[in-house]
Amino acid sequence: MTVIAPAGAARTGLIDDEPELKRSLFRSVLNFVRRQPLGTFGLAIVIVMFGAGLFAEWIAPFDPEEIDFSAMMQAPSWVHLLGTDQLGRDIFSRLVFGARTELIVGFSAAFAGGAIGLVLGVSSAYFGGWFDLIFQRVLDVLMAFPLIILALAVVSVFGTGVQNVILAITIPLIPRCGRVVRASALAVREVAYVDAARALGFGHTRIVLRHMVPNVIAPFLILLSAFVGQAILAEASLSYLGLGVQEPVPAWGLMLQGGAEEYATTAPWIAIFPGLAIMLAVLGISLFGDALRDAIDPKLRDR
Amino acid sequence: MYVRTALRAASLGLAVVIAAGSAGAQTPKRGGTLTYMIPADSAPSFDGHRETTYATVHSAAPYYSVLIRVPPNNPASTTEFVCDLCTEMPKPTDNGKTYTFKLRTDVKFHDGSKLTAQDVLASWNKIAFPKPGTTSARVSYYTMVEKIEAPDDATIVFRLKYPSTAFMPAVADPFTWIYKKELLEKDPHWYEKNIMGSGPFKLVSFDIGQSIKGARNPDYYHKGQPYLDAIVGIYASKQAVRVDAIRADRATVEFRGMPPSGRDQLVKELGKEITVQESDWNCGNIITPNHKKKPFDDVRVRRALALAVDQWKGAPALSKVAIVRTVGGIVFPGSPLAATKEELQQMVGYGPDIEKARAEARRLLKEAGAENLKFVLTNRNVDQPYKFVGTWLIGEWKKIGLEVEQKVVPTGPWFQAMRTGDFDVVVDANCQSVVNPVLDTSKYLPQKVFPESYGGYDDPKSIELYNKMLYETDPKVQRVAMRAYEKHTLDTMAHAIVTPYWFRIVPYRSYMKGWKISPSHYLNQDLANIWLDK
Repeated sequence: MTVIAPAGAARTGLIDDEPELKRSLFRSVLNFVRRQPLGTFGLAIVIVMFGAGLFAEWIAPFDPEEIDFSAMMQAPSWVHLLGTDQLGRDIFSRLVFGARTELIVGFSAAFAGGAIGLVLGVSSAYFGGWFDLIFQRVLDVLMAFPLIILALAVVSVFGTGVQNVILAITIPLIPRCGRVVRASALAVREVAYVDAARALGFGHTRIVLRHMVPNVIAPFLILLSAFVGQAILAEASLSYLGLGVQEPVPAWGLMLQGGAEEYATTAPWIAIFPGLAIMLAVLGISLFGDALRDAIDPKLRDR
Repeated sequence: MYVRTALRAASLGLAVVIAAGSAGAQTPKRGGTLTYMIPADSAPSFDGHRETTYATVHSAAPYYSVLIRVPPNNPASTTEFVCDLCTEMPKPTDNGKTYTFKLRTDVKFHDGSKLTAQDVLASWNKIAFPKPGTTSARVSYYTMVEKIEAPDDATIVFRLKYPSTAFMPAVADPFTWIYKKELLEKDPHWYEKNIMGSGPFKLVSFDIGQSIKGARNPDYYHKGQPYLDAIVGIYASKQAVRVDAIRADRATVEFRGMPPSGRDQLVKELGKEITVQESDWNCGNIITPNHKKKPFDDVRVRRALALAVDQWKGAPALSKVAIVRTVGGIVFPGSPLAATKEELQQMVGYGPDIEKARAEARRLLKEAGAENLKFVLTNRNVDQPYKFVGTWLIGEWKKIGLEVEQKVVPTGPWFQAMRTGDFDVVVDANCQSVVNPVLDTSKYLPQKVFPESYGGYDDPKSIELYNKMLYETDPKVQRVAMRAYEKHTLDTMAHAIVTPYWFRIVPYRSYMKGWKISPSHYLNQDLANIWLDK
């Protein structure tokens, strides 16, 4: 016997679900805010950073690359909210546009490094044997170098510029992600549905991508949030060393390079504000990442 | 004792500050180690004949001898030269076409072997007549030299094709180090990676990118010198590191020069413990488009690049934050051969009305089909003034609709990019030693004549105009000929853009004595007469 629900009832049900969904989402957000005040603070910073990066053209009062010799090294004022640098460029505008550079580099490197690490880590756990053994030793070698050292080596090979900086930060992130993901994937490999998929004759690619990867996504997402912060910090470090993004592109580390060195005592605002921006961005992303872990991890969720 | 007095030699536009009162009258003290900062990541090579950079001179000059040089106690002089390896300055014979140098017989290389005229001959032949496969950066300085001979072990003879007032200043070039003939014959490239000379110091060690250390040469032929027991050159491309090193007395000096902020910071914090010497600098950045790449093969595009730059507004503003000061053409400003402001303003890129110039630049770009042109500006990873100049230019070019990305590379790859032509437009430098405009301007000749010219162009007219000026002996006529060569180079063909000339500021610990500033950071760098008063 087939039971067909009345059309009106179904429609009514749908209409009733929407406010419920909204209420549920609102409650979840409220719950997150109440339980994770620091994480909320971090999220707020991330949102502000995103907003600045996305709407830089509308927010920044000046062209970030425009040199104004009549306004060199001016202290913060109503015209130049955060002052000007040694070439008379508006620091607030450069910070706003710099957020875009940081987001592009930070997220691109984190996602690329994370994604490659995810696939390689899961594959390593899935195949095991010689592949796993050799792959893990390669990761050991790569992880023996601190992130910034490896990034420096990559930049020295490929050169400077935004794309190369992304590449330079992506490469050191791959083994870090691969190692953590592999640990989670080893447990997933043993569960019944993976055996079932094998028994059904599914290919390796399908088993890895469709059945294993989704089950290690929670630790991966947490890792990703940490990677974004690390990537931003690495980009700032590379730019500070003159090996990252190059003038006149606005980038926070690059802003620190010229100003912090020469004018720390005579025009400290040139160094303070980019430094503050880097600190807040990394802090915000780290706090949000911690809160996300607490929210997602079932062991920590009810604490 | 702190002194900061700049004295301009009006005739040649040189400025010399005489440091610390009676320093010259004091008796030099023996001993101590001079630690000095080298503002580079490393030297591209140690071969002075091949290189044109201070990174090479500041690294290796203390280990070598030269035939003649500027007086160590008056290095700003453009007319006075003294012997280093020779025994007395020669008087030209054969109607000014033959110069015979008698050499010292008490000179030993650091390996203990005797230095003879054969070594001097081999070195000078490498400089003036480089064999295929070797590079001599200043070969065009010696076009007047017909041949060099060594009739005996203590005599070296230069025979010229024609008399030239440019010859002696060219021989005093500080890169003309004397190498050992035997080593050159085994491998003409040996000196690129090794150091073995007869200078006041012997090499102790070199750590790439970190330091170069030397010890006093006890067999040095200028008796009593050097005064120091040892020298340590530390590579640091970042200015903050160098300023901090001097502030903390971990280093005594950086010989190249600091920007006003570095000087002001050290003087403010250390007062009389810092002495400053300043001078106009026979050095400037030149912007070279690659004529072998489109659209820079089109003179209209090159002229547009020059027209966009507001030199008159940029120079005074940049001088507050960078080591640049004076607008000039191809000749060191202040030299009798240099263009006046009025003469400069007649050329492309120097006009008094920048808006009119930029409108013309946009018109030329449109006509050449290069509107909204995008290109890469290759620059050297040296803050002062390379990156400031590069960033300033990008801002100027943006005003005529050009989109320029700056590619900053370390010194080695920077030279490599220029030598291989792997660039769109490059921030090059024309830094000379002895002020000798007749030869200094050879940088703007085609590469087949001047190897360190990187524009990649052939221009017979340029060579013709240069030679006309070179052979002229009447100063007034020579000045007119120089104007024609300059106009052709910067305006008619727009081979390069000359950015404001540099200004040399050297702050150092006041206990360092015996060193005098010159208009070139290449001169007077063998460190033999430096001593420490502490």
